[in-house]
Amino acid sequence: MNRKRPRQETPDSHAFPTRPYDLVKEALIALLAVTLLTFGLAALFSSPDEKPATISAWTQADPADFTATAVGELGGTSATAQYGPPYNTAADGQKLGPLSLQKWAGVKHPIDTANDLVLQPLRQTPEPAAVTAALAQWSAATTDQQAKWTSAYTDALGKAPNGDPAKVTSGDYGPVPALTARLLQLGRSGTLDAQLLAEGHYFQTDYTRALLFLADGSYLQDQARAQHLGGDQWGMMNETGNYPGQAWLWLYTFWYQVQPYKSSANADALVWGTMALLSALLLLLPFIPGLRDIPRLTRVYRLIWRDWYRDHPTPRGDAART
Amino acid sequence: MSASQPVEPRNWTGALRRRLLRELPPEKLLPDSQPAYMASWIYLFGVLTVAALAVVVGTGCVLALKGPSWWHLSSLGHYVNSMHLWSVELFLSFMVIHLWGKFFMAAWRGRRAMTWITGCVAFFASIGTAFTGYLAQQNLDSQWISTQAKDGLNSVGIGAYFNVMDFGQMLMWHIVLLPAAIGVLTVWHLVLVRRRGIVPPIGAVTPESETPTEQRTEKQP
Repeated sequence: MNRKRPRQETPDSHAFPTRPYDLVKEALIALLAVTLLTFGLAALFSSPDEKPATISAWTQADPADFTATAVGELGGTSATAQYGPPYNTAADGQKLGPLSLQKWAGVKHPIDTANDLVLQPLRQTPEPAAVTAALAQWSAATTDQQAKWTSAYTDALGKAPNGDPAKVTSGDYGPVPALTARLLQLGRSGTLDAQLLAEGHYFQTDYTRALLFLADGSYLQDQARAQHLGGDQWGMMNETGNYPGQAWLWLYTFWYQVQPYKSSANADALVWGTMALLSALLLLLPFIPGLRDIPRLTRVYRLIWRDWYRDHPTPRGDAART
Repeated sequence: MSASQPVEPRNWTGALRRRLLRELPPEKLLPDSQPAYMASWIYLFGVLTVAALAVVVGTGCVLALKGPSWWHLSSLGHYVNSMHLWSVELFLSFMVIHLWGKFFMAAWRGRRAMTWITGCVAFFASIGTAFTGYLAQQNLDSQWISTQAKDGLNSVGIGAYFNVMDFGQMLMWHIVLLPAAIGVLTVWHLVLVRRRGIVPPIGAVTPESETPTEQRTEKQP
């Protein structure tokens, strides 16, 4: 009959021989050493601080991209306009298997891109007569008509040399060119930054609208990619310049580089699900047979306690329970 | 009952004191000796992690005193921010080495599972704290990280309640909620380490029972 041998229990650590050890002295020396090391590293390498991207800088550097993005916000075709929860109901969002966690969480930060990012800023500033008329024409039009105008203008911008609004061929774009041209003016003057950041309050700390607008264009992404922060550049664990970033996010970043995560429409949810599972395995490792035996089987512990094993050969080390 | 013997009051406070003294007597809480098998450089990474955490908290407190914009405008502020950054890099590096060391020592043995669990949760909380710190930088890095990270958080419903583009919310998590959690977890972890002692080598037996036939049945880890 093949009977399993019982595993040897872990004895009480207080029953072993001891030697003098000064914990307080050790802690103070460690604190001094780490403090000095930190002083030295900070003096030698400093820390990065790239200036934030602004809408003003965006409109100066790439007015064509800004205009195309503004048309997308107005016509409801931008990434934010079509995002779904928590910003709107345009889509259901990602799924984790059968779980629609994104949809179930609901719309908690409602954003109407046409109103919040384009029309409201235009109305909040002194309106030239042409803009007042354009706003009235836009408001009076049906949703279908508005979509036709923005779609036609988007196509025309795509065909214009360098997407330059000044070189767009004539067509039926309704009030869209007048509205986006004025928004470009507000952007260049810095007014739009202030309006989007204020969100109608004097004191506020929520940058959601301004950041979503910036992220819908390609300017912020170009700045980030130049700093090797792109998703396909392992950007989540990188830092601007040649600094170590969040290296501890390597595993999270890794999944985005491989299939099936890389090309999945639910990539973010899948990566989060995978990391949640792996984190649970790490947390509950002491209770998982097989995983908790890895230390005993790899025998790395014999290196760690080599002095002890040299003086105390353990006849049944492999029988110990881990 | 003898008249000279002090009477122990039977109330909650007295019961708590007796329990604390029984579970964690001063000689266990602050021992001046350690088991002879505790002789490896890997043991240093636990105390180095705690030391780095102290520097992280200290530099963070200086930054908090002056406010979140100070380090962008002052060379002294920038230096303190650099210290904060590098102490975080050291803290997480030491913590990861400590975690791997404890893994290969199977340090959850001998009813130390909660010590392992509190350490893991502290590790996760530290990652969250560092992440919110990156979000609270107020520069290009924080803009990019927030606009990218929102997709992951939104995809599992967390983003509806934890808005990475809300600087105020992220700053509060970074300097209040998560550090408080790490503080509690660190104290809990250290108390458990002192209570159970340093885990013995795998397969080691105490001198008085040092015979090849010694075998018993293990309780829960």
